[in-house]
Amino acid sequence: MATDLVSGVTCAVPISDHTHVLMAHGGGGRLTNQLIDGLFLPAFGNPAGHAHHDGAHLHLGGARLAFSTDSYVVQPLFFPGGDIGTLAINGTVNDLAMCGARPQFLSVGFVIEEGLPMASLTRIVSSMRAAALAAGVTVVTGDTKVVDRGKGDGVYLNSAGVGLIEYDGVIAPASVRPGDVVLLSGDIGRHGMAVMAAREGLQFESAIESDCAPLAEPVLALIDAGVTIHCLRDLTRGGVASATVEIAEATGLHIRMNEQAMAIREDVRGACEILGFDPLYVANEGRFIAFVPEAEASRALEILRRHAVSREAVAIGTVSEEPRGLVTLKSHIGATRIVDMLSGEQLPRIC
Amino acid sequence: MKFIDEYRDPKAAAGYARALRRITTRPWTLMEVCGGQTHAIVKFGVDELLPPEVELVHGPGCPVCVTPLELIEKALEIAATPGVIFCSFGDMLRVPGRTDDLLSVRARGGDVRVVYSPLDAVALARANPDREVVFFAVGFETTAPANAMAVFQAAQSGVKNFSILVSHVLVPPAMEAILSSPKSRVQGFLAAGHVCTVMGITEYEPLAARYRVPIVVTGFEPLDILQGVYMCVKQLEEGRAEVENQYARAVRHDGNVPAQLLMGEVFRIAPRKWRGVGEIPKSGLALAAPYTAFDAELRFGVAEHSADEPTECCSGQIMQGLMKPHECPAFAARCTPEHPLGATMVSSEGACAAYYRYRRLKAPPLQEKVVVHGH
Repeated sequence: MATDLVSGVTCAVPISDHTHVLMAHGGGGRLTNQLIDGLFLPAFGNPAGHAHHDGAHLHLGGARLAFSTDSYVVQPLFFPGGDIGTLAINGTVNDLAMCGARPQFLSVGFVIEEGLPMASLTRIVSSMRAAALAAGVTVVTGDTKVVDRGKGDGVYLNSAGVGLIEYDGVIAPASVRPGDVVLLSGDIGRHGMAVMAAREGLQFESAIESDCAPLAEPVLALIDAGVTIHCLRDLTRGGVASATVEIAEATGLHIRMNEQAMAIREDVRGACEILGFDPLYVANEGRFIAFVPEAEASRALEILRRHAVSREAVAIGTVSEEPRGLVTLKSHIGATRIVDMLSGEQLPRIC
Repeated sequence: MKFIDEYRDPKAAAGYARALRRITTRPWTLMEVCGGQTHAIVKFGVDELLPPEVELVHGPGCPVCVTPLELIEKALEIAATPGVIFCSFGDMLRVPGRTDDLLSVRARGGDVRVVYSPLDAVALARANPDREVVFFAVGFETTAPANAMAVFQAAQSGVKNFSILVSHVLVPPAMEAILSSPKSRVQGFLAAGHVCTVMGITEYEPLAARYRVPIVVTGFEPLDILQGVYMCVKQLEEGRAEVENQYARAVRHDGNVPAQLLMGEVFRIAPRKWRGVGEIPKSGLALAAPYTAFDAELRFGVAEHSADEPTECCSGQIMQGLMKPHECPAFAARCTPEHPLGATMVSSEGACAAYYRYRRLKAPPLQEKVVVHGH
């Protein structure tokens, strides 16, 4: 069985070697990581940046700062539970929170397509104002560009933010230890399916609402209470699966999760079943996982449950040594399987 | 969730596993026909609950996997044609042709769109009268009625800028091809439940009788599969070879008759190539004479194109139950979802992709089990 991927005349083209950028390069899965590792890190890599983390840790004039940026290209611009504006504020707020920082100042860049109704822009800006207020951050600088009609989907947003790191230790995959418990802050899959349903015009009995919300409050509450936090990760693109796989691969440890422990709303499960999606991979915008030592897990859960955004926090897994670098899942019927990162976009199945 | 949780109940699953253990006295090899079943078996770990004597091998029922290379090549050529809107179900987009896939065609400027129904493609054709809209009509009997309806409606309403690239295959001829192979190890089938919602169960009766093989029409949830395995093993242990219906909540004896009539109107039985397997006579559908105007192969002049299958991929053996994914020397080494050698690794329903995604951990024990069965 001769296989020659180098000359590869009859072989399939490896999707990681594409000559053009694919949608999957932005999907948060393996191709995104290949882009980061193969192109961005060699160009920009430096000790302050944690390429596979949510933000950079900077030491500036004696202060420890977290710095993060994110761009927003969601379609449709408005969906049940939020819009591109709430995403742009909460997304950066949450990235900073995942560094153990108190989010403080944000920048916002607008790339607006000619012809966007002014009413839409006004609505987005007022959502951003409300979201900033709710998250306790101030938008202090910004930029506006307008592009020709047809060269943008209404509006793209970019936001960047800084905040003071309030946690004394290092919140990063490197801090994760065998015996740690993985806490999940609530039900999963809502944001991705809300956007998918709105985009594809899928009708359910009641609209699935995005979980888009700021996460700094429960994280800061953990820090204030002196809980030891080893790692935090918000579960955006790629969902709980990609987040845990990234951490397992980065640490070389095993994360074992229990499918039964993860809450998924009925309507979200229904939509996933119809489209053939796995909720473990669906994006969230108001959920995170926290790795804490076992001895502090129940206290951490108690603290998380005091906050509306993490009222349904549960323990979903544990960290151990073996098998190294893998995430496994105890399925509903009690069997064990691997959880892998997606290599491309999740695509609706034929039947 | 109603109609889901009942069929994933751990206690009921354990109960079925115990019952199965009680009736199993010797080794049996069963094949689940449908890729959706394979996916569920590996994802939920259904095979871990089976007694060691019962082995499941994975069948050819993955529409993405069996679509032949030359049809993918035709799709890529049509999709790259200026002015064409090429519509497909989502999971065909990543399937590699010789050097390319539909996602790459889209990245280079081709108008490739995912639709959820072929009728959406007809609507696109109506909305874009100056464009040619082509739908990639892939699948088994499950998707054929909707595709037939799309062509029928386009014909009725005079939509001339719509056509379909047909790659329809049929389950019973593939099962017969597997059974008639001297190498076949399959002693019983879990037939594909969704195919039978359309076709009913009668066309399996001659197969069961001729080859003395039990065929149990089976659903897709863990408990469906466990019950299907139980019914199949029970027949084998009792020396019966009948067609039984485990999936009675969805499958009627005669199937969906209006759907069958529509398929009969729009399509005719034709020989089809199966990727990795080769041509099987009378194993597919092509457009019937009154509807050939909707044949994209004719419209775009690609009917005569052919492409040879790469020889290094053993997906054909895997889809005939002669081999398991992790027994392939390329599995998880030279063949991964990022570097697929064949469609069984690329499609989310392909057996190799299912093993890669859920089962790399378990490869060695399964291999031992297969060796034991070889004796």
